[in-house]
Amino acid sequence: MLSDANVAAVWLTLKLATITTVILLIVGTPLAWWLARTPSKWKGVVGAVVALPLVLPPTVLGFYLLITLGPHGPIGQLTQFLGWGVLPFTFAGLVVASVFYSMPFVVQPLQQAFEAVGARPLEVAATLRASPWDAFFTVVLPLAKPGFITAAILGFAHTVGEFGVVLMIGGNIPERTRVVSVQIYDHVEALEYAEAHVLAGGMLLFSFLVLLALYSRKRTSAWK
Amino acid sequence: MKSRFTPLLAGLVFAVSSLTVQAGEVQVAVAANFTAPMRKIAAAFEKDTGHKALLAFGATGKLYAQIKNGAPFQVFLAADDKTPAKLEAEGDTVPGSRFTYAIGTLVLWSAQPGYVDQQGEVLKKGQFKHLAVTNPKTAPYGAAAVATLTKLGLFDGLQSTFVTGENVSQTYQFIVTGNAELGFIALSQVMTDGQLSGGSTWIVPADLHEPIRQDAVVLANGKDQPAAQALVEYLKGEKAEAIIRSHGYDL
Repeated sequence: MLSDANVAAVWLTLKLATITTVILLIVGTPLAWWLARTPSKWKGVVGAVVALPLVLPPTVLGFYLLITLGPHGPIGQLTQFLGWGVLPFTFAGLVVASVFYSMPFVVQPLQQAFEAVGARPLEVAATLRASPWDAFFTVVLPLAKPGFITAAILGFAHTVGEFGVVLMIGGNIPERTRVVSVQIYDHVEALEYAEAHVLAGGMLLFSFLVLLALYSRKRTSAWK
Repeated sequence: MKSRFTPLLAGLVFAVSSLTVQAGEVQVAVAANFTAPMRKIAAAFEKDTGHKALLAFGATGKLYAQIKNGAPFQVFLAADDKTPAKLEAEGDTVPGSRFTYAIGTLVLWSAQPGYVDQQGEVLKKGQFKHLAVTNPKTAPYGAAAVATLTKLGLFDGLQSTFVTGENVSQTYQFIVTGNAELGFIALSQVMTDGQLSGGSTWIVPADLHEPIRQDAVVLANGKDQPAAQALVEYLKGEKAEAIIRSHGYDL
């Protein structure tokens, strides 16, 4: 049913979404923790920057990434200086772009979860002589687990659904940057509607099932 | 209250209807690569005829899908000759209205001055990381680029350096930002008022690929619409031709 090219695109998309989600959970956890706790006046600024991809059209983000990551851009100059070359048109470039693009979908649920946990459990843990790290891993993490699950699901699903940014900085290279959404676009443009339907229908079903899992889970836990 | 507003309303209705009687409107779907010249042509058209052309720009394949699904366009200026022919065969056009409004010119272009030489020898040296092309499956300029490379015997050697834009505008963006050292685009993108606008350019000889014919067609919606007919006549006229040529298209 799926051609080799479509299989490659599906595989690449899953790989991109998995790596992006893992990085976002690692980077997003301390960031969300800071946002949930800090009294700093920078909280608003950082929170706004994290949320930018929610409101910006992907073409804006993609355009600026193409410029800043490119050979004349500041990050491009840095990566060249470090001997890594430039990021656009590479899988690593897609990962960097996706981390920015899906950031709010991971950070915001985590931040809400941490805020819901509050300061009290940590204070109690401290009186029991738990170190801050100890308290975080044994008290906060279990309490914030639903937030982590929501963050991981949304981050993954949102990366799978990414299109505009990938199109701008990916260069549509088979097996390196041609993800499912770009492949669908190609099929539609080439009037290969049958091929497009297979992938587009699959994407619709996948997204629905992910959201169904997410919202069903929320309801049961809320009613417990 | 009512009586005070009635004359006002009647006057307004009269004003609006007299406007539409005098000047027709034509809704036009235009291939993205023809954006700049078409804006100028539409402005001149409105000035000369009083008709107004409402322009919608997009990729030819997408515009085709919209037309097939009931978009209200009356005239379609495609980036190729296949799509209008397909619409004609499917009975979505006014029969016999299809014509070539412009012939595109393929160029190899780099944003760096002196990078691309006048003979395109830079391709044979192959000292670059990324060669930007437009998707050959969907874009005529992409197909022409692939045909050119194939004819020069360079396609297999260079294929691994390809980065693919979805349309010529995106391909241009890859090159102008320096992410790709060079690439194949339309002459119209680097030409304004008959002048090349910077970087370095090799104008690919026309015998290296099939001509890039851009055809226009009157759609079924445009049947018996004076404004649609007027626009088609205007496109074939001298004023339009001068604008089209000044943007690097042939006729």
